[in-house]
Amino acid sequence: MAIEIDGKSYDTDEEGYLTNLSDWNDQLANEMAKADGAVLDDNHWEVINFLRDYYEEYQIAPAVRVLTKAVGKKLGKDKGTSKYLYELFPYGPAKQACKYAGLPKPTGCV
Amino acid sequence: MASKKFLYVNRKAPHGSIYAQESLEVVLIGAAFEQDVTLAFVDDGVYQLMQNQDTGGIGAKNFAPTFRALGDYDVSQIYVERESLEMRGLSKEDLMPLTYEDEDDDWAEKDSIHVVSSDELADIIEQQDVILNF
Repeated sequence: MAIEIDGKSYDTDEEGYLTNLSDWNDQLANEMAKADGAVLDDNHWEVINFLRDYYEEYQIAPAVRVLTKAVGKKLGKDKGTSKYLYELFPYGPAKQACKYAGLPKPTGCV
Repeated sequence: MASKKFLYVNRKAPHGSIYAQESLEVVLIGAAFEQDVTLAFVDDGVYQLMQNQDTGGIGAKNFAPTFRALGDYDVSQIYVERESLEMRGLSKEDLMPLTYEDEDDDWAEKDSIHVVSSDELADIIEQQDVILNF
């Protein structure tokens, strides 16, 4: 599979995750969200950027339980709940946010 | 689901085979499903925890930083066999510091790595329900 933006093509796997991490840019994230019928606001971006930082530091996409805990620590307790994260990313916060962040599917995600 | 005690025994150098990286992947999956996870590093496996790893020269992914995420996954029991370290001229100071936050102690940051003798490790192995060798 691939995503086309301005005549440039970006490879993804069969589930829509970006093949090449370094291909990622904001526009790509917006394009992926649009395909899911979503529009990314500041709250989405906060989580997406958090995930990219997490990956940069640990070389993995965190499982949802770990993501929830870490978001609470970094972005405030009120945001570190599954309710908040599922409202932002109804297809599963780890799964969907990681996809928009250009990361691989989280380890431990089935 | 009752949790079982899982021990992952890591015996191989980090690169040159897929064992080390695969083991870490399985560890994270087990931990994500809230199993009781313990890690042991023996033989060349102790090299997996070395500080300042750089895989630039061999074109392989440097997954060493991922060990630092283990604390987030509530994996706090990491045992390194003393004899294996000594045989390789290494000590705990050569290993990267790995920590976790202790929920029962006001989230105090604590050391996850314990250097133990092979006799002590044998006792730890004895206490497990499931042992996986990598």
